[in-house]
Amino acid sequence: MSNESNEIAKFQDPGLPEHVHRKTDVDPKAADRAERQVAILFILSALSTVLAIYSYIFIPDDKFFFLPIMGDTNAHQLFLGLGMAFALLFIGLGLVHWAKTLMPDTEVIAERHDFRSPDEDREDFVRTVKEQAAAAGLGRRSLIKRTLGLALGVSALTPLVLLRDLGPLPKKKLEKTSWKAGTRLVTDPGDRPIRPEDLEVGAVAQVLPELVPGKVRHLSDIAKDAVLLIRLRPNEFQLNAERLSWTHDGIIAFSKICSHMGCAVALYEQQTKHLLCPCHQSTFDVTRAAKVIFGPAARPLPQLAITVDADGFLVAQQPFNEPVGPSYWERSS
Amino acid sequence: MKKVKMNSGIKKLSRYRRHRYAGPALLVIALISLGTTYQVASALPSTSRMESTEQSTLIEEGKRIFAQGCSSCHGLNAEGGGIAPSLIGVGAASVDFQVGTGRMPMADMSQQAMRKQPIYNAEQTAALAAYVASLAPGPDAVNEAQLTFERDGNTAEGGELFRTNCAMCHNFAGQGGALTQGKYAPTLMGVDAKYIYEAMITGPQSMPVFSDKTITPEEKLSIIKWIKAAEKEPNLGGASLGRVGPVTEGLLVWTLGLGLLIGIAVWLTAKAR
Amino acid sequence: MKKAERIGGNVASYVDDRTGAAKWLRKNLTKVFPDHWSFMLGEIVLYSFIILLLSGTFLTFWFDPSQREVVYEGSYEPLENIKMSAAYASTLHISFDVRGGLLMRQIHHWAALIFMAGMIAHLMRVFFTGAFRKPREANWLIGIGLVTLGIVEGFLGYSLPDDLLSGTGIRIAEAIIQALPVVGSYLAFFAFGGAFPGEAFIPRIFTVHVLLLPGIFLALITIHLMLVWYQKHTQYPGPGRTEKNVVGYPLMPIYMAKAGGFFFIVFGVTAFLGAVASINPIWLYGPYNPGQISAGSQPDFYMGWLDGLVRMAPPIETHAFGHTISWNILIPGLIIPGILFTLMALYPFIEAWMTGDKREHHLLERPRNNPNRTAIGAMSLAFILVVLINGGNDIIATHFALTINQIMWFTRIGVIVIPPLTFVITKRICLSLQRADREKVLHGRETGRLVMLPHGEFIEVHEELTPAQKFTLTQHEQPPALEVPREDANGVLNPQGLKGKLRARFSQAHVEQVPAPTESEAKALESGHH
Repeated sequence: MSNESNEIAKFQDPGLPEHVHRKTDVDPKAADRAERQVAILFILSALSTVLAIYSYIFIPDDKFFFLPIMGDTNAHQLFLGLGMAFALLFIGLGLVHWAKTLMPDTEVIAERHDFRSPDEDREDFVRTVKEQAAAAGLGRRSLIKRTLGLALGVSALTPLVLLRDLGPLPKKKLEKTSWKAGTRLVTDPGDRPIRPEDLEVGAVAQVLPELVPGKVRHLSDIAKDAVLLIRLRPNEFQLNAERLSWTHDGIIAFSKICSHMGCAVALYEQQTKHLLCPCHQSTFDVTRAAKVIFGPAARPLPQLAITVDADGFLVAQQPFNEPVGPSYWERSS
Repeated sequence: MKKVKMNSGIKKLSRYRRHRYAGPALLVIALISLGTTYQVASALPSTSRMESTEQSTLIEEGKRIFAQGCSSCHGLNAEGGGIAPSLIGVGAASVDFQVGTGRMPMADMSQQAMRKQPIYNAEQTAALAAYVASLAPGPDAVNEAQLTFERDGNTAEGGELFRTNCAMCHNFAGQGGALTQGKYAPTLMGVDAKYIYEAMITGPQSMPVFSDKTITPEEKLSIIKWIKAAEKEPNLGGASLGRVGPVTEGLLVWTLGLGLLIGIAVWLTAKAR
Repeated sequence: MKKAERIGGNVASYVDDRTGAAKWLRKNLTKVFPDHWSFMLGEIVLYSFIILLLSGTFLTFWFDPSQREVVYEGSYEPLENIKMSAAYASTLHISFDVRGGLLMRQIHHWAALIFMAGMIAHLMRVFFTGAFRKPREANWLIGIGLVTLGIVEGFLGYSLPDDLLSGTGIRIAEAIIQALPVVGSYLAFFAFGGAFPGEAFIPRIFTVHVLLLPGIFLALITIHLMLVWYQKHTQYPGPGRTEKNVVGYPLMPIYMAKAGGFFFIVFGVTAFLGAVASINPIWLYGPYNPGQISAGSQPDFYMGWLDGLVRMAPPIETHAFGHTISWNILIPGLIIPGILFTLMALYPFIEAWMTGDKREHHLLERPRNNPNRTAIGAMSLAFILVVLINGGNDIIATHFALTINQIMWFTRIGVIVIPPLTFVITKRICLSLQRADREKVLHGRETGRLVMLPHGEFIEVHEELTPAQKFTLTQHEQPPALEVPREDANGVLNPQGLKGKLRARFSQAHVEQVPAPTESEAKALESGHH
């Protein structure tokens, strides 16, 4: 012992603990009880299946009843679901209980094997590969290798090319909306034209461009055309002369499609004159031409120049002077 | 055949009532109809001396209440002050909404006035409304006779209008949502139809005004009908989790879902004794 | 011989005659699996995948993956006569006109959330116990692949019904594609068959969701499991457990019964959630319309952290030479997630490089015994948690009387400050726990029992640990830091340059440990006492 005293001895592994017998191993009564418990669980499962099938067939799907926490609950849905859930759960619980109480629970030790092949096998492998490669002339015939590489590489282009017809080219479509000079602003939904006097100070209106007769409005049109109309007191604007000339009598129009990621920006706070996008919480100041005052958006919302036509309805003075919606590579400003 | 059955089935949903609210709601309706009779009276142009006298007493009464409870913020003549807006021209509808829902008078100077137990009763509210309406013309308070949404509204169209005009702030199911700097759009559940209507025409606090020309009175009734249907809609798929979208669903799966499964796994791997 | 036995024997011999499976099966039926609750996390994922396949198949029988416009005529009255896509209408049909349809939809969606949550929990278990170390790096990579694809698959899945909420999600996905430099708008037009939203996207992602990705999942999961089978499961340290063995229960019958039973349990719990808790109530959201939006539009939780990142991004765009680069989208939407997932995938290799440990490991480490790794993991979790909070900031704001602006600023700063702080704190906690272990081994466990000694002094009785406990708490390795040569044979200083210095620094950090007590120390203490 004395010569070992300087060495640091770690605590020794006492080895796998003794197997402790369960009650069910030593007491046949306990084993019988466990068997009965398992059987009861399986019977409960079968009963639950009966409940599920009964609910499916006999509980009308318009039956509701009040449950605490859950509120008014649909009986058909609830009991069908619970029947299914418990039918499955009880099978599972039964199986596990069976395994835990009645199947042998002696822990077994299995040895691991080395993953690494013995050195001679590895060498043998390398030698074989080299020999076969040499026999095939892979080392020498570089022309074959290179042309094969070329052919394989080029062949991958075909599937790529085949995907070309997934869609048309964007061309100028991202820049254009349906708004043209003189297009009437109509309510969404309802498609009614709007007069300036229809809007009180503090009012908003969700608008779309009036449909050209014979045309239908697709969602992809709304995704670019949606506009929010807001009426303020004219003296509340802090706009330059050009932007002020785009308003009419305190009414200002912005693209409703967020300049960040395209959600509908329509949370208008009348008191602060702020517009909030619910997706990423970019906040725009309406009085300052939708300048970004908070959040991730980097650009103001495009403003639509509006005026009134001869019949006194609000119309666009001109198309949007910049693309609406999120940014993209070809966008120039 | 099935379709008919299902149809009637789901239609029954709309007939389904939440009885918990029936009692209080009746009370509120009774009180309101009491109040609105005065407001209707106040809104009508007086035809006789008698009515005119009644009207002016009401206005006098309103002025008195105003001087006591409102003028410290809104100014002696409702001209507004540093912390509160002018009330000239806001109309009876605005007063009825703000006072009737308990938002005014404000209890504290928080970000926005909260809905709470009203301080003034229906008569006092009517008097206040009459007084404010007498200062300058504005939208009239809504009376029950106008709220024919059950008859004239269309639930599905109302839903369409709601999603375009209201859901961005009040959430897809009218549960309310966050605005900037701590302001919020309140839940619409349990709000009286009258106040929903008045809110749309007056634009209280952060809320913008929805003009009768851009959203017609019939459309407003449809919106109300949809909100009422959403309020009454039972939980078709089980516990609603607040109807606020996937956030609560995620919370539930990490707590109850994974919690249950891990709990069972612990039992499953524990040695039996 | 009983009749059943005879039939079974005949079938078995029929199969074995043609495949020789008997030998292989015999060996594998007694395959040993260690038992621990945390080893069941992966099984939760596997089983919810099977549930997803089953419930998903059910849904495809009625789902119409088309964006063709239809007028709703089904039984949900609040949407009567509303124009919508066939996809949305058929989802309503499943929910209200197919008995049990809503239940299956909810089971499918809950199973998807359990699938993702289970994967993340399983990944955390593997990370914090060091199960990814040699020879299991490949399985770690497959796991990271599965998590990544799971996020995509989940997103596509909840996008299919074409409701207002999911349509908003697709809109955001389109904006991310569109933001890619040079090819963005082209890719967006190809993906959507033209301008957003078009009529091509839902049918396309349907095929990807029900065929392509499940196929890839099936292949990856198979390889994942085959590797677990072949390499044998890792095990927690303890008496009798070594790097050379695996201690547990044989596949037949214990593990078969337990694992089989657990499948039913996972299915049962999922069905229970589907029965009692509403999920994705698309009828309330309404059909998608790009001009509409709901307050509190959020994605499912596994995308929520991305949304939180996008929300907190600074408003930066570059406009130059007639082109635009949206950093406010690219950085939070692609670059940071890309870096995160790459680092996560490479972590086993990074750690092996830092520690210079090239050996096989089959014994797991208790998280406290590797403070550096545990702290790195906790730091990453803190990052994800902070951005996830921002992803739900509007819901949090309304429910806890806060403002979205406060939460946004808190998380903007927090995302930089909290993770490093978490690293430091976690590391300290790990070291304290190591110290506590050391105390326990050397001085026994505090029993809380006070005893008065004859001379009036009170002492707390410490109970000595069993040899098994002592071994479990002290068996872990505490290798010394890597020696990085200061100069090589030719006298060149720092031959490995900055890389070497960095490695030495990392290695130093990695080996910061409270020395595990040894038997010698215990003996010395004992002799000191007496």
